[in-house]
Amino acid sequence: MSAAATAPGATGTGTSRTGAAIDAARARGGAALVGYLPVGFPDLATSVEAARAMVAEGVDVVELGLPYSDPVMDGPVIQAAAQAALEGGLRVRDVLTAVEQVAETGAAVLVMTYWNPVVRYGVDAWARDLAAAGGAGLITPDLIPDEGADWLAASEAHDLDRVFLVAPSSTPDRLASTAASCRGFVYAASTMGVTGVRAAVGSAAAGLVEATRAAGAERVCVGLGVSSAEQAAEVASFADGVIVGSALVRALGDGGVPAVGSLAAELAAGVHR
Amino acid sequence: MSTDTPPREPLAPSPTGLPEGADLRSAAGPYFGDFGGRFVPEALVAALDELDAAFTQAWADPSFRAELDELHRSYTGRPSILTDAPRFGAHAGGARVLLKREDLNHTGSHKINNVLGQALLTKRMGKRRVIAETGAGQHGVATATAAALMDLECVVYMGERDTERQALNVARMRLLGAEVVPVSTGSRTLKDALNEAMRDWVANVDDTHYLLGTVAGPHPFPTMVRELHRVIGEEARGQVLDVVGRLPDVVVACVGGGSNAMGIFHAFLDDPDVALLGLEAGGDGVATGRHASSITGGAPGVLHGTRSMLLQDEDGQTIESHSISAGLDYPGVGPEHAWLAATGRAQYRPVTDDEAMQALRLLCRTEGIIPAIETAHALAGALQEGRRLGPEGVVLVNLSGRGDKDVDTAARWFDLVSEEDLVASEDLRTDVADEGVHDGPDVVAGGAPQDEGVPPEGPGSRADRGDDRGDR
Repeated sequence: MSAAATAPGATGTGTSRTGAAIDAARARGGAALVGYLPVGFPDLATSVEAARAMVAEGVDVVELGLPYSDPVMDGPVIQAAAQAALEGGLRVRDVLTAVEQVAETGAAVLVMTYWNPVVRYGVDAWARDLAAAGGAGLITPDLIPDEGADWLAASEAHDLDRVFLVAPSSTPDRLASTAASCRGFVYAASTMGVTGVRAAVGSAAAGLVEATRAAGAERVCVGLGVSSAEQAAEVASFADGVIVGSALVRALGDGGVPAVGSLAAELAAGVHR
Repeated sequence: MSTDTPPREPLAPSPTGLPEGADLRSAAGPYFGDFGGRFVPEALVAALDELDAAFTQAWADPSFRAELDELHRSYTGRPSILTDAPRFGAHAGGARVLLKREDLNHTGSHKINNVLGQALLTKRMGKRRVIAETGAGQHGVATATAAALMDLECVVYMGERDTERQALNVARMRLLGAEVVPVSTGSRTLKDALNEAMRDWVANVDDTHYLLGTVAGPHPFPTMVRELHRVIGEEARGQVLDVVGRLPDVVVACVGGGSNAMGIFHAFLDDPDVALLGLEAGGDGVATGRHASSITGGAPGVLHGTRSMLLQDEDGQTIESHSISAGLDYPGVGPEHAWLAATGRAQYRPVTDDEAMQALRLLCRTEGIIPAIETAHALAGALQEGRRLGPEGVVLVNLSGRGDKDVDTAARWFDLVSEEDLVASEDLRTDVADEGVHDGPDVVAGGAPQDEGVPPEGPGSRADRGDDRGDR
């Protein structure tokens, strides 16, 4: 773990920074709040400012989205934001800049990225540079552990967290193998579908969290569809963390940084209710 | 985004990754050397596992094979014939050029081979809804056709730009009972239609089969679609042996996603004296950055569930492809082709829009056959190969699709239609046809809106409207 020992903010001990942030939030009561925003929407500086505002208002773990040309797991809100960021000239290296600036707050910062930009950058080089920027790890929506041998090795070498997804369709065997491959937490997709605001979180979510824990997961956070303090409180009652994405992106688009801050505060009150 | 994939180092031929002494034909997913795999959201893994198991079992089941064979005999029109093209061959160095006539299949292209197999499989899996992506509309029309035949609900995703350019094909799919959903995200073309189809599949995977149209996508699609198309090469190999008495020197096919090329190449993979040549869409020329030559001008990457060759910028963002042929206008290619290129077993090179159109017109005038523009890329390759081989050479071409759908484009390209013709035929066009037909209505209009009264069961009528392309 020598590479990680030189990274700012890294413990270098092989413990998960994301996991520590979630555990600290749980210790305060309730669950952790995980907030997502894509880098570069509406522009690089504003996206960083909004992410820092989320942290100030109670977000425990930040997910920074790396905008990608073909985001198959995202619904309309995040698709549009990613497209706007790319049209604004956002580059992959800007994401590392954003990671560094948001990590200065002390929050655990994960990058959520489709796999090809990492392949193109070089998996090990990306892990090295992400660690050097103070990033905690990656969430990989279109990479299953079966295809991720190079990422498993690079994340070990650079002491980074690996967050893979499980879904209501995952078999018990796959829950177990995915949970064993994750470090930090397991991302439980609450419904079969893409990201987006939903009136109700899938009823399968609680069962999926339970099954994922039974399959060996240390921490399970729930995403897809959470947008209100009510929903956040409900999910916090059975999960280790509540992931909110589209609702925050929509708030940023509609009301700018102040709207992101106030939504984050509401959600934080929900998860710690 | 930059406009071209950064250049890569020329690669030495890589090992096949197969066991010592194994036939190349035995290669099957999930991996073809360094290519292939399943780069998908976890939510789709269960469905891919189910599909893999269902296809493996069905393909080994004589009753499934018999049902598909009978459909091909009585509905598709298989076996497709082999046509000698001596007048075209005279322009190809005097070589003997043989055309495998997939254009004569029902719906006008090879696409039906794959679609009927997957539709039968859909019913076998107990699913009642199919979704598909389409670029120009030919895979969408073939899917809508199979869905009508087998009473399946059908939704086709098509980029908004393509629905505007190919409005008649939208009407054809709707006539066949399919729902066509214009996709307005991203570049509003085929790759975005594929994205939207995958999003639909994630949300509806319990009752829906994604009827993917080419040898790309996550495992098992590249292997399954190849298996469903390899009948092309198996028939052609026997037909060439019958009429020539030996195997061809070279087999040529156009490559977008690569289904017609894999279909004809597969039977020849272990014939070392038979060269295999895939012709990619060179657009304005690979050097211009406006092309769709994923193997010639791309780099390894992951898109739409598979690791293959890909047009991408230095950040790994997908670059939009360009080609006169909507069916080849895709920034990726099937992983088995990437593997055949890497191992050196097959060669791939680009054909420009102009070269393809010249070859298209040559076949029309020498043989009385109007090929699809996609297929014309293969014909341009056949001319080059024939000239290389000379009069003793034998060139087998996969004539993957008919060109009726492309008459409008050809009329504009070759300036075949006068202003007077345009004015005179204006009132023949319906509103929906107006969006897709601009310059060649004297040729197109007579064959399009008026024959919508033909019952959908009439195979010839659908083929005559012809929008079935060489690839996608």
